[in-house]
Amino acid sequence: MTEWPIIRTVGLSGVLVTFAEKMSEPANRAALAFRADIAAQAWPEVTEASTSLVSTFIEVDLAETPAALIKERVQNHLATRDWYAAPLPEGRTLWHVPTVYGTDLAPQLEEAAEVAGVDPDTAIKELSTSRVRVLTIGFAPGQPYMGELSETWNIPRQEALTKSVPPGSLVIAIRQLIIFTNASPTGWRHIGQTAFQNFRPASDMPFALTPGDELIFPSVSRAELLRIREHDTSGNGGAEREQIR
Amino acid sequence: MTRTLHILQGGPTLSVQDLGRPGYRAQGLTVAGAMDPLALYEGAALLGQPPTCAAIEMAGTGSSFQCDETLRIALTGAAMSASIDGEPLVWNASHILPAGATLTIGGAREGSYGYLHLGGGIATEPVLGARATHLRAGVGRALETDDALPVGPDTSRTIAMTLPRDNRFSGGALRCVASMQTGSFASEVLERFCETTFKRDPRANRMGVRMDHVGPGFTTQGALSIVSEVVVPGDIQLTGDGAPFVLMCECQTTGGYPRIGTVIPCDLPRVAQAPAGSAIGFEFMDMDTAIATQQRYTEMLKALPRNVTPLVRDPAKMRDLLSYQLVSGAISARANPFDKET
Repeated sequence: MTEWPIIRTVGLSGVLVTFAEKMSEPANRAALAFRADIAAQAWPEVTEASTSLVSTFIEVDLAETPAALIKERVQNHLATRDWYAAPLPEGRTLWHVPTVYGTDLAPQLEEAAEVAGVDPDTAIKELSTSRVRVLTIGFAPGQPYMGELSETWNIPRQEALTKSVPPGSLVIAIRQLIIFTNASPTGWRHIGQTAFQNFRPASDMPFALTPGDELIFPSVSRAELLRIREHDTSGNGGAEREQIR
Repeated sequence: MTRTLHILQGGPTLSVQDLGRPGYRAQGLTVAGAMDPLALYEGAALLGQPPTCAAIEMAGTGSSFQCDETLRIALTGAAMSASIDGEPLVWNASHILPAGATLTIGGAREGSYGYLHLGGGIATEPVLGARATHLRAGVGRALETDDALPVGPDTSRTIAMTLPRDNRFSGGALRCVASMQTGSFASEVLERFCETTFKRDPRANRMGVRMDHVGPGFTTQGALSIVSEVVVPGDIQLTGDGAPFVLMCECQTTGGYPRIGTVIPCDLPRVAQAPAGSAIGFEFMDMDTAIATQQRYTEMLKALPRNVTPLVRDPAKMRDLLSYQLVSGAISARANPFDKET
């Protein structure tokens, strides 16, 4: 049996601390908390710390700092507390992001509902009221992987890739949702369309979301989304936000 | 006085690049920057300026350029045909681009990515701390016809310098270390991977370079259950059909495909410059050897300014002899570019 967490080198670019073999709530929280703590330590050899679903990556130039040394420091730091029991980060935001489900703007809602074994109306009702959390940001700038949805939505990725989904598309697979940053091919099913921009390079807040933030995707009409696209130039796509206390 | 470089003919192959934008991996944005960072250090050494200066990256083919003021320029990376108002230019060297003259850069003769450096560097407004275009992330865009790029103040006057060319422009052996999932591949698969001669596929861009081979793909049992993990440039990713992709500077920050190993950073310029069809091999090293190899590369980068030599030309054939600064503007052999704004 593997003893979690495990520490491995990543090329000559740093070390990776993996908290579990697959996605789990405690392992995700452990990765987030450990990243925040490593960032706060400000070790001089660490250039950046980031997370994926259940891991923390600590970027260190291993040509300058011996891997054994940084691994030992990380190991000692891991031993200081139970990271799996760590609370979520502070200062989180809850977003309400207006979303069109189905129609020509999101053509795979019905297909996803069928794979999940529910009718489209039930699917929309459930998806538009589910509150999900940003588990990690990755793949593209500011792009959130959010979860976890109910077991109903434990649906696989489609085998063939969709050639391209547009920016702001809401896609689903394996109990998770993603809002796409840029037009991209994907194996996830395109069930909703938002006008939300994850990445706003010219703004003073270029990355809209942070891991730990929570989101709800209330259902709006196609006409309403088109109206939002025209009037909301902030990148929020008509979304409202509140502090989580 | 603001100087402006005009792009007479833009296109998807041209972009402004520097050493990239570190510090945003947690937000899903990779460092990116030049595909061949070594070429940026060479350009900086030729012009006697810091390697942080932004330059124009040209993938496969160049363009035409003009400036309203006289500029110092340097050409590095993939050798391309180049001329100023019809007068041919030596690659891997610095030159004068007179005000109003047309610099024409054609297709690559050797390698894949050529670089045009300007004395003073390109002075576009930085985004998130860098001028590098990140095409995939949507930071900046490829250069278009009639674009005008501001050029920074030039504090040096040295020209007609050159650097020896190295052998990174025709593929070859890529040195790798084991990575996160190397151990999940069966030993016979790993062995076959190391013995195979690959060909650089024509499908290559700033995100990754695909390598072709004859024979079955390289796969691992656990491929489908791998949880999405951090990705770094150099990772050798195996997708569905078992063909390796070497991930490059604009790769995604995380990915769920297995990686058989990681090409060490000092060999990424060789991956970038390998022309389509060139032979590629992968050679695993233990960590200590890889670290020593990478350290030698860093030392080589630091030594570049000392290796710059005057470009020898026959003065009798130089129609433009009088336009040269023949005495002043020598560079210091002891100057260390790493002491300046790095």
